[in-house]
Amino acid sequence: MKTENGKLTRRFPFSHFRFHIVKPMKYFPHTANDLQEMLKVVGVGSLEELYSEIPEELIFNKELNLPSAMSEIEVRRVIGQLAQENKPLVSFAGAGVYDHYTPSVVPYIASRSEFSTSYTPYQAEISQGTLQYIFEYQTMMADLTGMDISNASMYDGSTATAEAMMMCVAAAKKRNKVLISETFNPAVMRVVETYAKYHGVDLVKVGAKDGVTDMQALHALLEGDDVAGVLVAQPNYYGIIEDFSGLAEKCHAHKALLAINTMASALGVLKSPGEWGADIACGEAQSLGIPTCYGGPYIGYLCTTNALIRKMPGRLVGATTDVDGKRCFVLTMQAREQHIRREKATSNICTAQGFMCLYVASYLALMGKKGLHEVNEISYGGAHELKERLLGIEGFAEAYLGQPFLNEFTLRYSGNIDALQGYLCQKGFIAGVKAEGKADEMIFAVTEQRSAEEMDRFLCAIAEGVKESINQ
Amino acid sequence: MNKTYYGKLIFELSTPGCIGYSLPENKWCKHKLTDLPEHLLRAEDTILPEVDELSVVRHYTNMSNNNFGVDTGFYPLGSCTMKYNPKINEEMAALPGFVALHPHQPVATSQGALALYYNVQKSLSEIAGLHEFTLNPFAGAHGELTGLMVIRRYHEKRGDVKRTKIIVPDSAHGTNPASAAVCGLQIVEVKSTPDGTVDVEDLKPLLGDDIAGMMMTNPNTLGIFEKKIPEIARLVHECGGLMYYDGANLNPMLGVCRPGDMGFDVMHINLHKTFSTPHGGGGPGSGPVGVRKGLEEYLPNPQVKLKQDGTYALEYNPESLGAVSAFLGNYGVVIRAYAYLLTLGKENVPLAGKLSVLNANYIKECLKGYYKLPIDGLCKHEFVFDGLREEYGGDHHDAGHVTTLDVAKRLLDYGFHAPTIYFPLLFHEAMMIEPTETESKKTLDEFIEVMKKIAIEARDQREMLKTAPHDTPVRRLDDVKAVKEPKFTYKTL
Repeated sequence: MKTENGKLTRRFPFSHFRFHIVKPMKYFPHTANDLQEMLKVVGVGSLEELYSEIPEELIFNKELNLPSAMSEIEVRRVIGQLAQENKPLVSFAGAGVYDHYTPSVVPYIASRSEFSTSYTPYQAEISQGTLQYIFEYQTMMADLTGMDISNASMYDGSTATAEAMMMCVAAAKKRNKVLISETFNPAVMRVVETYAKYHGVDLVKVGAKDGVTDMQALHALLEGDDVAGVLVAQPNYYGIIEDFSGLAEKCHAHKALLAINTMASALGVLKSPGEWGADIACGEAQSLGIPTCYGGPYIGYLCTTNALIRKMPGRLVGATTDVDGKRCFVLTMQAREQHIRREKATSNICTAQGFMCLYVASYLALMGKKGLHEVNEISYGGAHELKERLLGIEGFAEAYLGQPFLNEFTLRYSGNIDALQGYLCQKGFIAGVKAEGKADEMIFAVTEQRSAEEMDRFLCAIAEGVKESINQ
Repeated sequence: MNKTYYGKLIFELSTPGCIGYSLPENKWCKHKLTDLPEHLLRAEDTILPEVDELSVVRHYTNMSNNNFGVDTGFYPLGSCTMKYNPKINEEMAALPGFVALHPHQPVATSQGALALYYNVQKSLSEIAGLHEFTLNPFAGAHGELTGLMVIRRYHEKRGDVKRTKIIVPDSAHGTNPASAAVCGLQIVEVKSTPDGTVDVEDLKPLLGDDIAGMMMTNPNTLGIFEKKIPEIARLVHECGGLMYYDGANLNPMLGVCRPGDMGFDVMHINLHKTFSTPHGGGGPGSGPVGVRKGLEEYLPNPQVKLKQDGTYALEYNPESLGAVSAFLGNYGVVIRAYAYLLTLGKENVPLAGKLSVLNANYIKECLKGYYKLPIDGLCKHEFVFDGLREEYGGDHHDAGHVTTLDVAKRLLDYGFHAPTIYFPLLFHEAMMIEPTETESKKTLDEFIEVMKKIAIEARDQREMLKTAPHDTPVRRLDDVKAVKEPKFTYKTL
C-alpha cells in the first residue's frame, strides 16, 4: 500500500473524482470544496480510494436494499403512522411493569442534551452534571434498599438479578449453586436461567406453597452447605408480600448470601432488603417514574454491603476533591471493570442505563419521602378495592386467600381468560396478565394513575366480558 | 458549558414540608397500608428530599450546565462514535403511541411497534450482510454476550461440547474478554504484528478442536482494516469455530464492506454509536445481534416474526439460547435508530462511513508532525497517536515528559472533549481520536489548531499542561482519594 517514499499509492487517478454526493444532507456538513481540500491533504483522489487497502472482493459494490432518504416531514408521517397502529390501553396490568405517574418535570429535565448527548463521564472536570446525578441516584437507591452502596445502574431488573446471582458465586469462590424461588416473575427467571446456563451456575429452583416460597424446602436445600446464594422476590410474581423473617440468619448460618429482588416503588413502604438482612438488593426500577414504553429502556438497580464492594459489577461514582479542595465526583474503583481487568473483571457490563439514573433521581427528588409513600398508599387502596369488587363478579375467586399484597394481586378465573382479555382490549383496557404456568389465574395491578371512574368502567366491561366469554 | 461550579446535591436543598409533586385525592382510603402486618413494613425513614418543583428544575438545570455533550462541542472520543444525535429521533421516540405501550399488551394492539422492530431487524441484516437480527440485547457488551451464547448454543446443538475457548486479539476492546468470561469461555489471546493487525502466524497454532470461535473488530481498535480477514475467517472455519464481529467499529464500513461478506457468522451493532442514538451519559444503549443463515433459531427469545397473513408475532423458539431480556430490549432506542435509518436512506448510509474515514485521516495527516503516529497509512474511522513527539515534550526518557493525560486535560480548557486515552493497551501513551462524519471541516480545523497549540505549549510551557485543566468547573481530581476514602453516598460525606 505504501511506496518507498512513504506516499500512498493510488488505485484511481486524481482526476477521477467520485464524490457520489447527489444531494446535500443535513447531518453531513462537508461542502464540495471541503471534500476536495481534505482529500488532497490525505493524498487520495476520491472517498472510495480511502478504502484502497481493502481487498476488492470484500467491497460491497451494490446499492443497499433500504428505503430512499426521507425528509423530516416524511419521517414523521411514516413513524407517526406506525405509532397510530398501536392501541394504548388503560392498564390494570403489572407483572413487573407498572403504569405509574411521571411528573412532567422528569422528561423535561431529561431532554437537556448536555446530559443526554454526553457519554460515560471519563473526563470528570467537564462531567460533574452526570457524576452528581449518578451520586444522588446511588444515595437514593442505597437508602431505599437499606444497603451501604449502589452501583450506577444495570440494564434492567432481569439482568440485575442475573448479575446478583453471579456475584454470589464470585463471592463464594468454591460454591457454584444458587437457589431461586419459583415465585419469581417468569420473565426475570428466564433471563437468570440463561445466564446461569452459560456462566456455569447450578441454579436450583425452590418450589412455592400457597403462592409464596416454600421456606421448608429452601432450608432443606441450605443444609447441604454448598449454596453460594439465595434469590427471592418481593412482592413476588403473584403480588404477594413474602415474609422473610429469619431467612437471612438461616442463609448466613450456611455461608450463603441472600439477594432480595424488590419492585423499586415498593421499597418506599415495605421492609427493605437491608432490614431483612440481605447481602444484595436488586431489581427493576421502572416503577420509579419511567414510562412503560413497550418494555424499555428501563433501569435495573444493584445494591450491596461494603463487604461485597469488590465483587460488585458496573460503574461506581465516588466523592473526592479537586486540587483546589472543592468537593466533586468521579468514577472510581475501576479496577473491578472490564476496561482494566478484561476477562478477570466482575462483569462485562460497562455503563448501563446512565440516563435512566437521571429519570430515577429527578423522580425521587420531586416525589420525596411523602410522594413515594402516597403513590404506594393510593395503589394499595386501589388494588384492594379492585380485588374486593372483582370477587363480586361471577367466575372470579380467591387464588391465595389471606396473603398480604401491595398494588398487585392474583385471582382465579373460571372462564376463558384469553376471550375475556380480547373483549377487554376492544373496550380499551389491558386486563390482568394471565399468570404463566397457571391455566386459570390472572394478575391485576392498580396504580395512582387510575381514576375511580376508570375502575368503574373496567369493572362494567369485565362483567360484560364474563357474560360474553361464558356464552361462547 | 458554564465554567462556574454548581456542586450542590439535592439532599442539601431539602426543606421539611416542601413538596414537588401533586397527586389526586385517594379515593380508596378505606384500605390503608397500615392494615398490613407491621413486620412487613419499612421501619426506617428514607433519605428522600423534600423540595419544591422550581428548586428541582433549577438544581438539574444548573447541573447540566456543568456537563459537556455532543451538543456542547466536538467529542472525538475514540471507539465511541460520538456523532450528532438528531432531534427528530427524540420526537419520534416520544410519540404516545409508543411510550404508553405496556409490554404485556396483546400483539394485536401493538402491531405498529412490532412492524418498526421488524423493519429495523431487516435493515440491519441488509447493512451487515447477515441473515437475521435480534434487537433484544441492551448494549454493546450485552450484544457480545448474546452473540457468544449463540456460538455456544450452535456447538451445543451439534453435540460438540469440548469447544470452550475463544480467541481474542490483544488489541480487542476490554468487553470482548470480559463478555467471553461471563459466557463461560476461556480466553486465548492472539498477538498483533508491528503493523497493528492480527498475527496470522501466531493464530495458526492456537486453532484446534477446542476453539469455539474468534472475536474481532474490523477495522480494529487502531482504526486499521484487517486485510487478512478472509484468510483468518477461513482458518477459524476450517478448525470448526465461528467468527464473531464486534460491531463497535462498524461506522466506517457502512455500505462499503459488510461483516457477513468478510466471513463473520455472528455480530453485534451498537445503535448508540453507528445509528446516532444518544449515549445518555452511558446508556441506555442497544446492542442488536445478527447471525448468518442457519443460526437464526438460536437468537434469544422472544423473536419478532412476520406471519403469512402480514401481521407480526412474538415467538418463543425452543431452539433459542434462552432470553437475555425480559421484553424486547431498549425499545425506545430502536425507535430512534429507525428514524435515523429513514432519514439517511440507502443514498446516505454509505456516505456516513466514508465521510467518517475522511475526517479521521484528515486530522491524522494534519497532526502527525506533532504527535507520534505509530502506524502510518490509511486509517478508517479512527486512529491512535502514541503521545506527543519527542521534540514536543513527549520524550519517554525524560521523567517529567508531557503525557497523554496532560494533553487530554489541556484540551478541556479549549472547549473540546478529550480523545479516548490509554487505550488500546498496545502503546504507552495511546490517544485514540474518532471525529465521526457529522463534524465539519471548520470544526476539525479548529481542533487541529488547538492540538498544535498544545504541542507547542508542551514544548515551551510544560507546567501549564501538567496543571491543566485551568478553565473548567472543577480542576484535576484526586482519584486516589476516591479509592482510599471511599464515599459512594451522601450519608458518608
